[in-house]
Amino acid sequence: MNNVNFLKPNKENLNLYLVLGALFFTLGIVDFCLNNFYKTNITGFLPGYISFFTPLIFGLIGLHLIRIEFSGIKILDELNKNINTNNFNAALSVSIIILIIFGVAPLLNWFILDATFVGDSKEACTGGGACWVYIKTWFNRFMYGMYPNAEQWRVNATFIIVLGLMAAGYFFPLRYKKYLTFYYVIFLPIISFLLIYYLISGGEFGLEWVETGAWGGLSLTFIVSFFSLIFCFPIGMMLALGRRSDLAVVKYSSLSFIEFWRGVPLITVLFMSAVMFPMFLPDGTYVDKLIRVIVAITLFEAAYTAEVIRGGLQALPRGQYDAAKSLGMGYWRLHLLVILPQALKLVIPGIANTFLALVKDTPLIFVVGLLELVGMLNLAKTNPKWLGFSMEGYVFAGIIFWIICYSMSKYSQKLELKFKTDR
Amino acid sequence: MKFKKILPQFLTLLFIVLIFGFFTMNAQENMDTRGIQFGFGFLKQEASFDIQFSLIDYDGSRSYARAYLVGLLNTLLVSVIGIILSTILGVIIGVARLSPNYLINKTASFYVEFFRNVPLLLQIFFWYFAALRALPMPEDAPLIFGSSYMTIKGLYTIAPVWNNFDVFFGALIIAMIIIFFFNKFAKRKQEEEGKQYPKFLISLGIFIIIPALTFIVGGVDLSWSFPELKQLAKTSFTFEGGLGIPPELIALTLALTLYTATFIAENVRAGIQGIGKGQKEAAASIGLTPSQVLKLVVMPQALRIIIPPTTNQYLNLTKNSSLAAAIAYPDLVLVFAGTAMMQTGRAIEIVGITMATYLTISLSISAFMNWYNKRIAIQEK
Repeated sequence: MNNVNFLKPNKENLNLYLVLGALFFTLGIVDFCLNNFYKTNITGFLPGYISFFTPLIFGLIGLHLIRIEFSGIKILDELNKNINTNNFNAALSVSIIILIIFGVAPLLNWFILDATFVGDSKEACTGGGACWVYIKTWFNRFMYGMYPNAEQWRVNATFIIVLGLMAAGYFFPLRYKKYLTFYYVIFLPIISFLLIYYLISGGEFGLEWVETGAWGGLSLTFIVSFFSLIFCFPIGMMLALGRRSDLAVVKYSSLSFIEFWRGVPLITVLFMSAVMFPMFLPDGTYVDKLIRVIVAITLFEAAYTAEVIRGGLQALPRGQYDAAKSLGMGYWRLHLLVILPQALKLVIPGIANTFLALVKDTPLIFVVGLLELVGMLNLAKTNPKWLGFSMEGYVFAGIIFWIICYSMSKYSQKLELKFKTDR
Repeated sequence: MKFKKILPQFLTLLFIVLIFGFFTMNAQENMDTRGIQFGFGFLKQEASFDIQFSLIDYDGSRSYARAYLVGLLNTLLVSVIGIILSTILGVIIGVARLSPNYLINKTASFYVEFFRNVPLLLQIFFWYFAALRALPMPEDAPLIFGSSYMTIKGLYTIAPVWNNFDVFFGALIIAMIIIFFFNKFAKRKQEEEGKQYPKFLISLGIFIIIPALTFIVGGVDLSWSFPELKQLAKTSFTFEGGLGIPPELIALTLALTLYTATFIAENVRAGIQGIGKGQKEAAASIGLTPSQVLKLVVMPQALRIIIPPTTNQYLNLTKNSSLAAAIAYPDLVLVFAGTAMMQTGRAIEIVGITMATYLTISLSISAFMNWYNKRIAIQEK
């Protein structure tokens, strides 16, 4: 046997180093787990601070011992390359592993192991974990707000039809592709509006009328985001074109419009729509709260969309404009056929970010008294029969929003790749 | 040709004038029927409501203008704390996302993807109503670091008690002025004679030594006041002395910091990634050390990419701090657009002032940024 140098592990005594390293590493992790979850300290004989840091030290020694270059074992080389390049990196890796164990174990307990899934009242929740019964009981309220239970099929039906119509554009035959923009920008909004007006709101065709104040929950989040999304895009586009216009009046009015909405927080805009806007209307006229909110959010987000689109317009080389003009195109043909299709392609990530921000901003409509998902949570939380479950509610809503936003951002990345053209 | 240019402009103008005219006329009419006179005289009236948390002297007998100032300062306070903390966290996470270490890299991107995709309002609610509510009552709170208590009623920590603070503060300002001129001098020396001073060390020395001197000669004195548990009634306890930070402020700062840091982290990552490999290799090939490469070549260029979007995030943070109203942290929106408006009923004036305030903050920062961008932009030939 060659002499063994623990400060410089080498390939010759590979197995010895591996066994020792794994042993030390496991010892560190076990020590940490015992300390934290079983309240026993196997290194208690050491003085205070050293005992506290033993998991880290053991883990570090373990990683140091297995740091052997070109060992010939694929997994080991891969491991060393990725998390164990030097002592500093090893220390960071060990700390992260310890942190993950520290965080994940209690979370897992709370989420699943100690949680209660069955039952129909608060009394069923006896474990220390989450009380998912609460979510189950309130699920309808979280989804549909105060919408009457018997009528909820109307909301579902509307969403299914709208989703179907949205997906239908995807399957358009190639021949009709040129009408796609028209379909999405004009046809779909009108149909959706009519559907929501007649089916969700009701009042005609023998359907019971449900006032907008009763709408709520996640379905309201969708309604508000859907309409704001659809309307803010064309308005933003017009504003972006206006801001780059040669006509002084058009340019400066677009500019001040954009700068105004971008300069104020959404919450004050909603305040404005709630308390200040009625003062600006003739006495006796009443605009529904929901419509006011949608208009406010639309104008607000349109300003942001405009800035994003302007970025794309600016990024196009002058040659595109000159070439289109030399073909004899006028202002509108030039923009609609040449400039905008290219510019919009460039700003897909920016637009997606704006849309994401819009979805994340919808909970703010609590300011005017409309309760979407987060608002319903806050309402349910104050119900005397169900006190003390705010954590479950927020976690539930967080997961739902996360899924929506994350899938939207992934989708936008896919779109970006799909439309990427080399210039 | 000329007609084609004038018509759209004329129509736009007409549209704007009509809308504004319509609104103004209606507002006038509505206010007349309700007997309200448009004006800002109400600002001088007695506010007669209390504010839980204030940086300046305030009570119900002060005017609405004073209440406005309290709200504005609270907004600025949470914004400044949030900006500082989110910058620190954002830079760390952004650099971590570029780490070759798989674990660090993935943890950082998990953090970014998670906190970026959950609405800020939900995060604020989570921290305020769920996480901070799980803290112990004042009488059960354990002592942290021998000085602070983390309780359901907020964080109680030590507070500095100064004697002659103004002398100390003056010394700080003088130190900064000296550092400014010293750096100018050092730069000129380097450009003229090629002589390098250890700029950072000398600056740090000046910054510590001059204020420290005031403790010896200026009569400045610093002691700490510790929070002490006090019994109000049989089951009601509170802390006295020290510095009390209300849970609203903690929840708001936490949520704003964690949320904004994700965006700053992405900016930092994009900035550092945006510097071509060639730049680093070229710098190394003329004999710069790795730290010099980072300091003289990579960072100046990366900052040029990082700063504009990051300022945007600072602005967003400031605007987002208005969500404070949802958890009753007395910021500008809650104090002024909330309480003050309910009491006076002057919707137009108050919402107008609130919006104008935010607008002023935003526009002045973006004007500064435009100027700065022009200054640091690459001068292309």
